[in-house]
Parts: sequence; structure tokens; C-alpha cells
Amino acid sequence: MKTDYTYAAARIHVKELSLLTRADLEQLAGAADVRAALQLLSEKGWGDPEQELTAENMLRHEAEAAWEVVNDLEKDPAALSVLKLGKDYHNLKAAVKQVYTGSSLPAERLFQPGGTLDAGVILKAVEEKDWELLPAPLAQTAEEASVLLAHTGDGQLCDSLIDKACLGELYRAGKASPEEVLQEYAVVTCAAANIRIALRAARSRRPLSFLLDSMLPMEELDTKALAEAAYEGKDAVAEYLETTPFAALVPSLSGSMAAFEKSCDDLLIEHMKPQKNNSFTLGPLAAYLLARENEIKCVRMILTGKQNHLPDEVLRESLRMTYV
Amino acid sequence: MGTFLVAEAAAPAALISNGTLYALVGIALAVILSGIGSAIGVSQGGRAAAGVLTEKPELFARVLILELLPGTQGIYGLLVAFIALGKIQFGKAVLEPEAGLLYFAACLPIAIVGLISAIQQGKASVASIALVGKKPETFGRAMLLPAMVETYAILALLVSILTVANL
Repeated sequence: MKTDYTYAAARIHVKELSLLTRADLEQLAGAADVRAALQLLSEKGWGDPEQELTAENMLRHEAEAAWEVVNDLEKDPAALSVLKLGKDYHNLKAAVKQVYTGSSLPAERLFQPGGTLDAGVILKAVEEKDWELLPAPLAQTAEEASVLLAHTGDGQLCDSLIDKACLGELYRAGKASPEEVLQEYAVVTCAAANIRIALRAARSRRPLSFLLDSMLPMEELDTKALAEAAYEGKDAVAEYLETTPFAALVPSLSGSMAAFEKSCDDLLIEHMKPQKNNSFTLGPLAAYLLARENEIKCVRMILTGKQNHLPDEVLRESLRMTYV
Repeated sequence: MGTFLVAEAAAPAALISNGTLYALVGIALAVILSGIGSAIGVSQGGRAAAGVLTEKPELFARVLILELLPGTQGIYGLLVAFIALGKIQFGKAVLEPEAGLLYFAACLPIAIVGLISAIQQGKASVASIALVGKKPETFGRAMLLPAMVETYAILALLVSILTVANL
């Protein structure tokens, strides 16, 4: 029997009222300093009143709170696993580096909440090489990454291996999901990753074989055509993308990588917006979670910009599209 | 007394004719199908209302009204059943098979339209409850949207009542 999400969707639609709007973010970008920005956020209900008012405390609390809400409403823990996979692979990266290169950072700064597995389990599996503690695809990646880092000591290569495995698993899980919104999330995320590789390669003129090896094959984007375009240059990438469902990203290709990242985030939020009118499926939960992550990312950018005394105009230009 | 009634007093067992049976099946369908539709519709509304009330308990009265809108079809089915039971004089008279089939047919509009319209009204109520949860000031307009579905249940009710009354 199909799981009913009427209660969850109705509750989430009310919670959407507390999401930050574009006006809120602009007001935040115009705050005098970090302290004033944190105060503004605190007035909007951000952060834990019992904790010290710092950017790190506030952002961590909000990330955990978003997952708490969704975990509370999610009836089938596997239903939103597509959104959690990224956290698992991030935590795997952190665990492998912690074990093989050592890190003085506390666990709460290394690991992210919201994965399908507790970060402690991933760390234990890597420390003890007990791969049976992990699900099959993650275990295989963990073993390969551990061996690679132990033998080469190349963190970048290790990251690249884990990132590709993550995208592959995300694409497979997303396409297998019955939820259209999760399918779209997986497609947009993987396409953005492939285009990102193409853009970087277009600048550095990497060999075609390297490009094809780095990209994730997917139905919605011909990676061979994209790799060939990247080999020719950025204009050829733009020309190819015009013929794909990702043409909305083309205007951002002429700018910086930051502009491209903003464009990818905006495209994802644009795909999520129809969920505001959906009252019966898991879609609103997934969209809410992505919207929360998007706004947390945006607030993090603003607070970092404030700490580094970036001009308000620069901060405003980098603001993402909001869900509400 | 209806024109198709053939006997008014007899032993109880003899009063359960084929005609009476057909009529009773129609009456039962009017109550059962419209009741099922209402139960599903109100249940959907109830779940959405609970979601909104978790975050905004102060909206209880408004979401309760929206939740109850799909409940009317069950009442319409009951109303038709009462009128039809009165007309066939169940337990007092015997119906000819043709008469029983006519009562059966007369009950079908509210049975079928009641079932489907209540489920669909439940979905419209869920959407309106979400709207009220976000914008409580739109309650009046939000209530009109699922109420539009009621039109078709009322049309079916009228047809069923008029037909039963004229048999």
C-alpha cells in the first residue's frame, strides 16, 4: 500500500512559512556586521537560545533541526535516502582522511548530520577495516578509498573516487525512486557535476579519456558529446548544453564558477517549487529539506562574507533563489 | 402508498419478495457507498488538519469545518435511504420485481456520485486546509473551493429524492 503523506505535507506547508524569503536574505546581506546578521537571524527563530550566539553554532543547529523535522515526519526511512547519500559519502571522506592522515578537528566539525548511517559507524568501519558495517556500495567505495589514500597519500584522488561513487549511487537511487521530485534532484545534481567537470576541463585542456572517465554516464546528458565539447572549449560546452534540458545553465557559463554554482542551485530550487502545491506525497518534505539546505548554504555565505568584510553588493549577487 | 405495492398485510416471511430485495440493495448501496466516500474524504481532511494543527493549534475551528465538508455525502445517502424505506413500507407491504428495480435505480445517483464526490471533495479540502494553514485570512475563499464539489452531490441527491418520491 502506498504510504500516505497527507499529514506530513500539511505540516511541512505550514513550516514553509518560517523559511527565509529573498527580502530576508537581502536584509541579512545588508547587516552592518556578523553580530548584527546573527542577531537578525536569532530574531527570526534561528539558533538555539541556550547556546552561545556564533555562526557555527547557529548553522549546525539549523542543519540538525531541518533533519529532525523531516525524520520525525518520514514514515519510511528509505524514502528520502537519495537526499541522505551525499552526507554518507561526505562522512566517508572525512573518516578516511581522519584515519589515514589524522585530523585535530572535533567530530562535529568533520562530520555532517542527516546521513543514512551514523558517522560513528562509518568511522569505526574505516578504522577497523570492517566493511560489513556498511551497505555494499559504500563499503566498496570505503575500501577502495582507504587503499588509495594509504598507497598514494593523494587526498584529491581519494576525494575524486568518493565523489564519483557518490554520484553514481545517487543517480541510481534517484532514478529508482517512485518520487518524481527525487528523480529530478538526482538528475539535476548529477548533470551539474558532469557540467562542472566539463567546465574545469575546458580551462585546463585535459585529455578526452580523462574526461570520459571522470564523468557519470546518464540518460539525460550525453557525456561523450559533453566531453568532446569540453575538449574544444567553453563555447562548445555552452552550444551543446543549449540542446539539453539544462539550457538554463548556459548564461552562467560566461561568468565565474561561483556564478555557475549559483545557477545550479537556482535550477534545483526551480524544479522543487511545484511541491509547494502538492499535498499528498513525499515531495513537499524533500523540497523543504532542500530549501532549508539551500538557505543554510546562503546564510553561511553571507556570514562568511561579513566575517571577511566583503561588500554588500558582492554578497547580494551571490544570493540563491529562495523556495518561498 | 406506491402504485407497485401489491399486498399490505401478510405473514413477515412472505413480505420479502424479489422486488423488496432489489429495493433494499439499492438503499443499502446509497448508504454504504456514500458513507464510504465520506469516511475517506473526512479521513483525508483529518490528516491534513492534524498536520496544520501541530504547527498552528489556533486554527482548529477553521480546519475542522474544512475537514467536515466531505461528510455531507454520507448524510445525503442516509436521507435517500430513509425516504425510500418509507416508500416501500418495508415489513408492511410486498413489492413487485419491476418496482424494486426502479427503487434500486433511483438510489444509484447518490450512491455512485456520493462515493466519488466525497473522495474528490476530501482532496480539495486537503488543499484548502494547507492554504488556510499558510494564510488563515483566506478561509472564506478556501472553503468555497471544496464546496464547489458539493454541487454534484446535491444534484445526485435531488435526482434520487425526486425519483424515489415519484415512484
